[in-house]
Amino acid sequence: MAQVTTSLTELDISRPAEGGEVGPLQSGWRLALREFAQNKLAVIGLTILAFFVLFCFAGPLVYHGAVLSTNLGSSDLSPGTGHPFGTDDVGFDELALLMWGGRAALEVGFFAAIIGIGIGALWGAVSGLVGGFADAFMMRVVDVFLSIPFLFIVLVVAVKYGASVLGLSLIIGGFTWLVPARLVRGEVLSLRTRDFVAAARAAGSTPWRLIRKHLLPNALGVMIVNVTFNVADAILAVAALGYLGYGLHYPTQDWGDMLSSGIQDLQNGYWWLVYPVGACIVLVVMAANLVGDALRDALDVRLRRR
Amino acid sequence: MTAYILRRIGTSIVVVVGVTFFIYGLLHVIYPEPAIDVLGPKATGPAIQSWNLQHGFDRPFFVQYLSYMNGLLHGNFGFSWVANQNVTSLFAERWVRSAYLSGMSLILAVIIAIPLGIFQAVRRNTLGDNALTSLAFVTYAMPVFLLGLILIQVFALTFKVFNFEASQSLSVWHVIGDWHSMTLPIATLTLISVAGFSRYMRSSAIDSLAQDYIKAARAKGLPERLVLWRHLLRNASLPLVTLIGLSIPFLLAGNLITEQLFNYQGLGLLFFFSLQKVDYNTLLAYTLLGALLTVAGNLVADISLTVADPRIRLA
Repeated sequence: MAQVTTSLTELDISRPAEGGEVGPLQSGWRLALREFAQNKLAVIGLTILAFFVLFCFAGPLVYHGAVLSTNLGSSDLSPGTGHPFGTDDVGFDELALLMWGGRAALEVGFFAAIIGIGIGALWGAVSGLVGGFADAFMMRVVDVFLSIPFLFIVLVVAVKYGASVLGLSLIIGGFTWLVPARLVRGEVLSLRTRDFVAAARAAGSTPWRLIRKHLLPNALGVMIVNVTFNVADAILAVAALGYLGYGLHYPTQDWGDMLSSGIQDLQNGYWWLVYPVGACIVLVVMAANLVGDALRDALDVRLRRR
Repeated sequence: MTAYILRRIGTSIVVVVGVTFFIYGLLHVIYPEPAIDVLGPKATGPAIQSWNLQHGFDRPFFVQYLSYMNGLLHGNFGFSWVANQNVTSLFAERWVRSAYLSGMSLILAVIIAIPLGIFQAVRRNTLGDNALTSLAFVTYAMPVFLLGLILIQVFALTFKVFNFEASQSLSVWHVIGDWHSMTLPIATLTLISVAGFSRYMRSSAIDSLAQDYIKAARAKGLPERLVLWRHLLRNASLPLVTLIGLSIPFLLAGNLITEQLFNYQGLGLLFFFSLQKVDYNTLLAYTLLGALLTVAGNLVADISLTVADPRIRLA
């Protein structure tokens, strides 16, 4: 009995508990940033992405290789002086092609993900907020779109309209807003019952203001995580379209376009036309996935992995 | 249960009707003049008019859609003007080959992914687990055609073990027997699926390993092998049921690219060539078929999950 009383008196409220160092009040975002920075894989992923952004956007300013004028005299050269990564079948410099192809891939990946999240967030927020019949209808529309195999429908549209970076981004973005729409709707469904939303309503917020100022900012974590994964998926999609020959049109090139004759290149022994491009695609997609995983761990508490 | 299944079938039918309407409408917008694609760019106005009249393209959009749907319900996918053949008979020649490639890959992927995931969960955070996780992560980030190219380089060009082209035989039995040509396409599609499945299987097995019934099974002295085999395997495999149902669009996409890479005469390759030649009805039919398979996959996954796992609440 005496022991119990001593242990009770030891619990002094004025003394902070051990190991419970509480610093100055931090916002959720700063906590997330700290958690993200502690994740080694995430930092690696971010570094890879930063490298490729530099490589693709600043690279062509420094390194000038032929990507527009064919030179059959110097076609299919193996890596060596003058052409560090060799040349392809029309004499284009492979290193310069890697830069320009990556630029297109990153641009389409980024724009498509932004377009996808833009449509998806609005669709999901409106659907979740309005509820009732409109919600049911809007979610059936999402079901319908999700049931159509992504690559098929994108191919069918891209054959006609996928020649430019903007067109391809619109097409891919136009078919990747479905998952974000579902996620944001789920968020909104739980957010709309919260007191701050009720307070905003009582203060006379219009639904549009509610979505803009209260619902979407609180669903931002989910959205950012999704954008990262969508960038990775979009880059893979562009590569697949380019490989099949229905991607961007000359002179804009994508990494996928560079692999479309991959099997002949391998049979001829031109390994430098296949593996550097392949490594670039894998690295960028993997880096985006790593960053996405880390962001999910940092931002989305419910989805946190064990 | 029955009520849930009936309701689930009901929503699936609604989705299917929506899908047909959307795809039909979209192709109508993208290819507004199939007459020009068939007759050529120099076709004269009267020729186009009479072609449209003959094939019903002069009617209002809704009438065309309803008549197409009517044909669909009678198993008629329309006529391919490029192949000068019914799309149904065009598909009939090829679907078995695609089904063999995709089905075989799916089965192999499941057979490989389940033990792999359980192994990784049991040996969590060891060297073996980390190596396999990294490998799966790299494969997951790899385009299907790149994986196929690497396999071709290693197994067909450097070491001449397998053929770099899929079997060109028209007989299905011959294709199945021709492992020399079919190993690489099947391996490509299998490995891509394994990369996705094994990640889920691993986390699902980790969840199951933490459950009390595993502790109880171990506490009563059951050998670890039987704990995994009898108690873990079934419970941990449940999420895979859903995953397989949801993976159908990816499987079809992988199938298309694999068939193109290995020049395998299946539905995917047909779709690929139809894109080049603007074979309107074939494109429409295969996209619809893919969507129907996706809806069916989701439906079967949902229903079999509720049958397999009585704990799932039918909300």
